[in-house]
Amino acid sequence: METEADDVNRAMMLDGNAVAGRFAALFGAEMTTSLTECASCGQDHMMGALLAFTHAPGVVLRCPSCEAVMIKLVETPRGVYLDARGAAFVRIAR
Amino acid sequence: MNLPLQWQLATIAAVRSETPEVKTFSLHLPDWMRHRAGQHYDLRLRAADGYEAQRSYSIASAPETEGQVQLTIEKINDGEVSSFLHEVAVVGDRIEVRGPIGGYFVWEAALGGPLLLIGGGSGVVPLMAMLRHRAAAGSRVPTRLLLSARSYDDLIYREELDALAADGSGFEVFYTLTRSQPSDWHGYSRRIDAAMLATVAGPLGRTPLCYICGPTLLVEAAANGLAEIGVPANRIRTERFGPSGS
Repeated sequence: METEADDVNRAMMLDGNAVAGRFAALFGAEMTTSLTECASCGQDHMMGALLAFTHAPGVVLRCPSCEAVMIKLVETPRGVYLDARGAAFVRIAR
Repeated sequence: MNLPLQWQLATIAAVRSETPEVKTFSLHLPDWMRHRAGQHYDLRLRAADGYEAQRSYSIASAPETEGQVQLTIEKINDGEVSSFLHEVAVVGDRIEVRGPIGGYFVWEAALGGPLLLIGGGSGVVPLMAMLRHRAAAGSRVPTRLLLSARSYDDLIYREELDALAADGSGFEVFYTLTRSQPSDWHGYSRRIDAAMLATVAGPLGRTPLCYICGPTLLVEAAANGLAEIGVPANRIRTERFGPSGS
């Protein structure tokens, strides 16, 4: 069942482009055209096409095919936490 | 492309009003780098107490405009960065930026077409960079822009778009006004739907290269509409900027 919170989250949803700067600073490369594979459904997508939820202390990127969480990124004063267990791989361009 | 993404201090060289809520800021950059149409810059404001606010803004100018970039920015109520830019910043002020950023929502003349651009409100900004690049590069790729705005006065770049559409290069523009329309209005007067997309996209064939930018719900509606009329998903690129930008 869709709740009001689901609607609000949906309306606030961005895409991978919105965190391109943070990822570029982190990886030292343009990441929105990097290929990544969803560990849940196996679909490949470019990072820029992932669904991005940024209105939280961290960033959550979900698969546009099955909406499973693929990548979480949290920046703290002491460092950056990257949880990518929902991605089978992320290809970083040479 | 392995380039360090560094913050730099840009100087505001000019400010121009586009609509009552939208201004274009021309920034002079000490380390200007040629961008690709559709890319954005991150902009950061820092207070003396360490508080930071950061937003991403699409580049409006063509890559062919050297030494500076233009960012067209909508004033968002309670938007701390856009309010500062609209109400406080003046020519000569310096602000921190980094970019150009992104490679996914990008169009270059070499990518060809036919090109279908769909924008909502200030979502037209990266599409304008593509159109300015198309013109500067002398491209004649068949191109159509469908632009949705609340009212006639909210149509950003209207005069320039109409001029581009009249230059015989194969570009056509379509407007839809969702909230209010002038009495002699001949454009669309409703939210973007599959029927509107079918009419606008039809002459571009079955597989136009599509770029959609706007508020999240508009992007969803347009992307679903394109899927309904049979445009393959791998020809559609989207950029969402939230409920009403930020």
